[in-house]
Amino acid sequence: MSRSPQTRLSRRFAALRAEGRAGLVTFLTAGDPDAKTAWEILKGLPEAGADVIEIGMPFSDPMADGPAIQASSLRALKAGQTLKKTIGMVARFRGIDHDTPIVLMGYFNPIYSYGVAKFLKDARIAGVDGLIVVDTPIEEEDELCGPARAAGLDFIQLVAPTTGEERLPKVLARASGFVYYVSITGITGTRSAAVADVAQAVELIRRHTHLPIAVGFGIKTPKQAAEIARVADAAVVGSALVNVIARGLNRTGKAKKGLGERVLRLVKGLARGMRAAKGGRGAKRKAA
Amino acid sequence: MTKPNTYRAGPDEGGHFGIYGGRFVAETLMPLILEVERAYARYKDDPVFLAEKAYYYKHYVGRPSPLYFAKRLSERCGGAKIFFKREDLNHTGAHKVNSCIGQILLARRMGKTRVIAETGAGQHGVATATVCALFDIPCVVYMGTTDVARQAPNVFRMKMLGAEVRTVTSGSATLKDAMNEALRDWVANVHDTYYLIGTVAGPHPYPVMVRDFQSVIGNETREQILELEGRLPDSLVACVGGGSNAMGLFHPFLDEPDVLIVGVEAAGEGIRTGRHAASLTAGRPGVLHGNRTYLLQDADGQIHEAHSISAGLDYPGIGPEHSWLKDSGRVEYATITDQEAVEAFHLLTRTEGIIPALESAHAIAHAAKMAPTLPKTHLMVVCLSGRGDKDLDTIAKISGPAGAGEQKKGQPL
Repeated sequence: MSRSPQTRLSRRFAALRAEGRAGLVTFLTAGDPDAKTAWEILKGLPEAGADVIEIGMPFSDPMADGPAIQASSLRALKAGQTLKKTIGMVARFRGIDHDTPIVLMGYFNPIYSYGVAKFLKDARIAGVDGLIVVDTPIEEEDELCGPARAAGLDFIQLVAPTTGEERLPKVLARASGFVYYVSITGITGTRSAAVADVAQAVELIRRHTHLPIAVGFGIKTPKQAAEIARVADAAVVGSALVNVIARGLNRTGKAKKGLGERVLRLVKGLARGMRAAKGGRGAKRKAA
Repeated sequence: MTKPNTYRAGPDEGGHFGIYGGRFVAETLMPLILEVERAYARYKDDPVFLAEKAYYYKHYVGRPSPLYFAKRLSERCGGAKIFFKREDLNHTGAHKVNSCIGQILLARRMGKTRVIAETGAGQHGVATATVCALFDIPCVVYMGTTDVARQAPNVFRMKMLGAEVRTVTSGSATLKDAMNEALRDWVANVHDTYYLIGTVAGPHPYPVMVRDFQSVIGNETREQILELEGRLPDSLVACVGGGSNAMGLFHPFLDEPDVLIVGVEAAGEGIRTGRHAASLTAGRPGVLHGNRTYLLQDADGQIHEAHSISAGLDYPGIGPEHSWLKDSGRVEYATITDQEAVEAFHLLTRTEGIIPALESAHAIAHAAKMAPTLPKTHLMVVCLSGRGDKDLDTIAKISGPAGAGEQKKGQPL
């Protein structure tokens, strides 16, 4: 299935295929630990090696997230982050970077509260490329998935180990941008999946879609990212980055000096690890 | 909103009551939610399932629970005849066990070998731990640290029954956070675990399933009042946190236009203080814990912490069917403050020798406000949803060891 007109996400994944490597998707929560530090990190991400930037829209009750991202959400909210500010941060980023795709990730209630139509319009104008919303499964597609795609935003569907072969085509039929494979049955930042299991699942998904497949949940180290890079089109790293923020706070919860650099250093390490992964899926596809 | 022909037809097949309800859960859970839905559809009218449920209701829970005419309280209030549906006399001391029996029988048929639950007051946790002991199924109960502290007797009961009580420190450390944590557990243990939700909230089919199991309250009430008085009641009153005892009492009467139905929310320290749990009165529609419903939230859609002296009402949401019943106007929703609930607690204890749960005391307080304005022929049924043994520490702290002896003079009660 060819996509036209080209979106930032499709251009980026096409470029990755041409380079024969898998992409690095970084997750950070907007406004964590404060707006200034979060901005410093965000603007440094493309240079550090992030191919796609996933920005968490903080929510008070992140049911699918583990302790690391729960804490990051609460830090951001405490520092005064709102959905409006998150959209504003993307607009500011677009002032300095026109190519790196940005995907907003979060839960439905803040969007519903903002107003779905207004949110989609504002996000699109700001330069958001796609949405990942955890608690709107295909059963609730009319709430956000349909309107988002109609508004020109990609709606990235999550596929889980529980999804099952019968359900999979229905989920993928409603996906755009890329597919996010949740590699474990669990919450973010906890267990890590066995690479063989991930490879098998990715192959199954590929039989039903031409969209790129990103794998997330439990990828913490450059080595794990490199392993995933061999079997998927992209690896998502979130909790590991968020943990660097958690460790870089002083006793009053303020960012210590150099925190942004430490986060970006881990991103560089992850990107290096992934680029060194030879025989990646992307490479194979290019060869084929 | 146009008036529907019936208030008892919902939900639709997607689990919606008007705009409320639905299935707002992560993809990882969605196949499980569908599995629960299929299993419930398969067994809900199955004669063997129903016979087994009826057996445990009668011989284990002690149903039917009495419908008791509270003569002294009625005289004291000087108006309506007040009847109590005595769910406090159920095994485990509250209405929660009605749904637990139904759900554990379903979980067994689904082949699930582990049960998880969330609890606020601990009544649902105790009821879940009880049915898990009965059927020899490992049980984990999530409970906020705030609630663990104020409902110590129920924590001890759960542990005695063999359940593992996991304390939740995130957020406000009350019921909503316990529910978040239970959902996280379920996502991580999808293959063997059944999530036994305690109220008429959560993703479809939980709101309709829990309502159906709890409807035994209203169905029995109907028979009993006909036997006692030869006619239907004029009004029904029940407290609402998540709203399961209220839905259970109300549902069989929704299409009786002459029955006034009132749900009572917790006003905590007062609606104007912002420290309350009255989501229908002071909240607005949003999406949390798998369903769209009225929620306490800020302008940015972040969920507020709820506040109530009663742990069982301390929740920032409410079952989606209540949201629909509010919008449709079929059910009225009132509020009662912490202080009014405590006064009603003492009132019932001294006039009838019944120590009510603080949750139920909210319903009693509102009934005691309504009754004097009504004629002596008015028949009012109040759901006495649970007993108050678990709340004695809380009451002792507020009222002193002398309890009602310190009640202020000049109270309307």
